[in-house]
Amino acid sequence: MIRGLAVNLRVVGALGRRSVRQTFRRPQLVAPILVFPTLLLAIQTGGAGGAVDLAGFPDVNGFLDFMLAGAMIQSCLLAGNSGGIALAVDLEMGFTDRLFAAPISRFAIVAGRLAGTSVLGIVTAIWFIAIGLLFGADFEQGVAGMALMVVFVSLSAIAFGALSAAIALYTGKASVVQGLFPLVFVVLFLSNAFFPADLMLAPASQIAEYNPISFIVDGIRDQVIGGFDAVVFAETVGAIALVGAVSISLSAVALRRRLRLGG
Amino acid sequence: MTARAESVARPPALRADLATVRVLVRRAANEILRVPGAAIPGVLAPTIFFVGLTAVFSGLTALRGFDTDTYQSFIVPISLLQGAGFTGAAAGVNLARDIEQGWFDRLLVSPAPRPVLLAGMVASASLRSLIPATFLLAIGFAIGVGWPGLDGLVLALAFVMATGAVAACWGVMIALRFRTQSAAPLMQSGMFVLVLTTTAYAPLDVLQGWLADIARLNPLTQVVEAIRSGFVTGSVSWADAGQGALAVAALLAVLGAIALYQLNRTGRR
Repeated sequence: MIRGLAVNLRVVGALGRRSVRQTFRRPQLVAPILVFPTLLLAIQTGGAGGAVDLAGFPDVNGFLDFMLAGAMIQSCLLAGNSGGIALAVDLEMGFTDRLFAAPISRFAIVAGRLAGTSVLGIVTAIWFIAIGLLFGADFEQGVAGMALMVVFVSLSAIAFGALSAAIALYTGKASVVQGLFPLVFVVLFLSNAFFPADLMLAPASQIAEYNPISFIVDGIRDQVIGGFDAVVFAETVGAIALVGAVSISLSAVALRRRLRLGG
Repeated sequence: MTARAESVARPPALRADLATVRVLVRRAANEILRVPGAAIPGVLAPTIFFVGLTAVFSGLTALRGFDTDTYQSFIVPISLLQGAGFTGAAAGVNLARDIEQGWFDRLLVSPAPRPVLLAGMVASASLRSLIPATFLLAIGFAIGVGWPGLDGLVLALAFVMATGAVAACWGVMIALRFRTQSAAPLMQSGMFVLVLTTTAYAPLDVLQGWLADIARLNPLTQVVEAIRSGFVTGSVSWADAGQGALAVAALLAVLGAIALYQLNRTGRR
């Protein structure tokens, strides 16, 4: 049993490395994950930076401090989407069928993809922390807070990646998963990723208050602009666990369906 | 056949060129009819951004320097230009696909002059950019965008078509340089950056740091302001419109010249 676990872990590691290499070899996969959110962060910080003077806006050092968490989650959602697209391409090309025929756990195949997405989450978190440091963001919680941000973003990447993987496994079509790209922004605009929920227009502000992404953003943002808050921490962990449990369950169902029906 | 008879039978060059442009435009229109799904991203993305940005950033109008309290009227020109940018850039993606599949080689060996080929691609992109604009305006008026007057509406659509043409020239440039559809993100993000580094989110006085400097230099800022005056004040500022027309004409001239230069070099090196 231990030997079997070790084999599966090696498979997850190998497929995870393949997934990361695949992303960095294709500019069209890297661009949405790093370039696009960075551009949007730069433009929104310069364009809407005056918002910090609005009544009711949280007490922050600058708008960049507020926006970093939103950029990280945006990047993380897009990394999950890219992972789903890559999995669907593997399904279309028959690569996954060859893996299904190999003497390895089928769940290790999906876990490998998610491991790669998780590494991309770590990369994006470090990228945005570096941008924050470079452009004068004030990380209130210091190094420990930054480490917690990396953990939150990495776990969120797995949770969001599993949702895209479920859709990829269910449909087997890259174009369908690619079509989710605009939905990423719908979900983001209906959260507090870019602006405090209570300063947004209804009904977006009301939806944002219950959107699990808002709780995740709060937990990441707290490390930059606030002190450690146990309630916010618990809500963040709970939101990631909820999204993760739902999406991993959906992935498992979609995988079983694919194995049962074939192709 | 005598030389005189030949000259009568041959259509004048201009008419032949126009016919070629018309055929290329019709081919692009056929793509929309046959694969309507391909037009969805160009329509959906700016619409989502329009509604999303309105919901998220409406509070900004409380800042000093805003001359409107309806953020949707302020932001709608950006979404119109984004739609034109995405649709225009799609002309580049389609060209890259034609290059990959070898169809463009057949166009190159045809007797059609290269400027006519470029004009066909640009004209079709320009017309296609009216699709997202129409959809956006319908949504916009439904959620409270101010009526710009008939002249303001016509002016906005004219600027949308011109920006679609600019984006098409950019897309063609990139497609001819990289010759692969993998360069699509570069085509789209180039226009995305050009549109958003204007007075997209806030008036010039409210913008901060580097963005204020870039927005001052970005020619598209003049176009944004020209369209915006109609939606925000309800009447067109012809001074802004003149500056916008000059700016978009300059962009079109520069990018069109580069695209044509690359097109002329294609297959002749």
